[in-house]
Formats: sequence, C-alpha cells, structure tokens
Amino acid sequence: MIYWQLLWSFFQIGLFSIGGGYAAMPLIQHQVVEVHPWLTLTEFTDIVTLSQMTPGPIAINSATFVGMRIAGVSGALVATAGCVLPSCVIALLLAWVYYRYRSLSAIQGVLGGVRPAVVAMIASAGLSILLLALFGSEAINLSMVDLRALGLFLAALASLRIFKPDPIWVMAGAGVLGGILYSL
Amino acid sequence: MRRDAHTFGILFLSTFKLSAFTFGGGYVIIPLMRKQFVDRLGWLEEQEMLDLTAIAQSSPGPIAVNAAILLGYRVAGVPGALVTMLGTVIPPLVILSVISLFYDAFRSNPIISRVMKGMQAGVAAVIFDVVLTMAGQIIGRKRAVPIVTLAGAFIASWFFDVHILLILLACALIGLAQWRADTKKGASA
Repeated sequence: MIYWQLLWSFFQIGLFSIGGGYAAMPLIQHQVVEVHPWLTLTEFTDIVTLSQMTPGPIAINSATFVGMRIAGVSGALVATAGCVLPSCVIALLLAWVYYRYRSLSAIQGVLGGVRPAVVAMIASAGLSILLLALFGSEAINLSMVDLRALGLFLAALASLRIFKPDPIWVMAGAGVLGGILYSL
Repeated sequence: MRRDAHTFGILFLSTFKLSAFTFGGGYVIIPLMRKQFVDRLGWLEEQEMLDLTAIAQSSPGPIAVNAAILLGYRVAGVPGALVTMLGTVIPPLVILSVISLFYDAFRSNPIISRVMKGMQAGVAAVIFDVVLTMAGQIIGRKRAVPIVTLAGAFIASWFFDVHILLILLACALIGLAQWRADTKKGASA
C-alpha cells in the first residue's frame, strides 16, 4: 500500500514538474509534506539544501530520501521509478518526433529561434551558481565577496580555457582545493 | 545507430560519471554532456545538443534525466535510452540512500561542507567555459536576430524571472516568423 502511494506521488511529481530544477520544489513539498505526512517542513528544507550539495536532480534526490525513510531501500527504488517514469515515456516520444521531422524547414526555423534561448538559460543557471559560490546567496554584496571562491572560480575557468581538461577533474580539484583553502 | 556492448558501456559510464559530479541538478549537466558527447566522443553535433536541451527542457521531469534519455536514444535507440537513464539515476539514488542513513552526521560535517563549497566554484567555471564557447559561436555568425534573442532571453530569465517555458515558446515563435520571412524573400527573389 505504502509502495503504491510512493509510486503515485512521485509519478505526479515527475509528470507535472515541467522546467526542471526548482520548478519541481513546490510540487514535491505539496506531495510529501501536505498530502502525505512523510516529512516535516524542516526535513523538506534540508532536502533542498542537500540537493544543492549532492549530485542529481532534486526530484530524484527527494524521491530516494523519502522512499528510504518511509520504506527502506525498496521504498527508495519505487519512489525513484515513479519519478522517472513520465520522463521515459514522454522524452522518448519527443525524441522520436524530433528525429523524424527535424529536417522540415519550418521545424528548423523554430529550433533556430530556440537555440540562442537555450544558451541564455544555461548562462543564467551558471550565474546563479557563481553568485551562490561568491556571496553565499544570490544577493550581490561586494564587501561580502568570498575571495577564496573567486580565486577557485578564476583558476578553474583559466585552466578550462587553456588546457581543455576533462571538467570532472576541474571540479574534483576545486573540491580538494576548497577543502584545504576553507580550512586555513 | 550503434548497438554493441562497447557503446552501451561508454554510454553508461559517461552518464554515470556526469551524474555523479553534477551538483544542483537542472541545466548544470548540459554543458558537461556537451563536452563529453560533442567535443570528446563526437557522437552529436553542436546544434543537435542544443535542440535536445530544448526538448529536455520542455518535457516533464528532471532535465538531467530527460537529456540523458534523449542522448541515449540518439546514439543507440530505446535500449540506449534505458542505459543512459540508469546511468543518470543510479548515482543520486545510491548517494541519497547513504545520506539518509547518516543524515545527522553528514549535515554537521565541516570538511564535507568545505569541499562542497570548493566544488561549487568549479562547477560555475565549467558552465561559464561552455557558455563562452556557445555564445561565441552565435555571436560569431553576426546575424542580428539570434544575438538579440540570446540577450533578450537572458534578460527575461535573469532580471524578470520569466518562466523558462514562456521564453522558449516566444523564441520558437520568433524562429517561425523568421522562417516565414526568409521563405517569402526566397519566393519573391
């Protein structure tokens, strides 16, 4: 019974969270705090924080966390499966449509219009992460700038532009350096 | 389309690695996927990657999962999509399961929070690197409409918090209008 509830709740979260990332947050809160007594609001807030500190989409993270707490490993698996099920079906359908019709010139026109916007979206996501790293929040306060984070950012960016390494190493390196710098 | 064990192995390992290092979810994974599949493996074109990103953005569910499914489908059909989906989901599934067991200790560990802070700066640098390259290509073509779209979309999303889907829809309409104008010009000339 509890598995069915987990599956159904996270299926809805997966289905209705269009736009990804923080768009999913209110939906998750509604399902796991308000509809079902699975988490307290404090625990939910912790999930959001944890999601920023750990890899993976917030919807998957909260599915795993809630499932684990409510019904152990099988609960985590069921909740996560429910969360990705809508993606699997709809994204595959769209992929099929895209590869079938993308050579049409009208579709080309639409995609050509959308491409610069995608770059802009990525830029804006990157900027909010940079501000979070530099100021601890998205509010800019020049006297509060985190010089260590600024140094790490510039060093990482320079090494990426010049040496073109695998980005994974840059991030892991920044993590290790951060661990050392912030301990000084 | 490739459907040998070697391809599935690379698909799984690539998406697994990317997912394990993608903090914060959302768009963060796109630049990393682009680096791996466009620059390193050469399995996708630049334009295709942007199109897949737009599709991943407009379909329901986590962007990272959608993008992985689209990528996997492109390279190796439905089995490929399943492989990349698993590669993307398993790291957060394992990590969050472990964290939920040691939740209280993890939350208050100072060393973990310092490493995370450092990685945040590194992730920001990776995204900026990719944005510089992609924006450079759009600006380099010296066509007014894409450049204005790029700037306008950024301003709308960053300063005015306009919903991403609205921005994509508006840009799709701009693209359609541009296409109609181009075909009319072509017909009269």
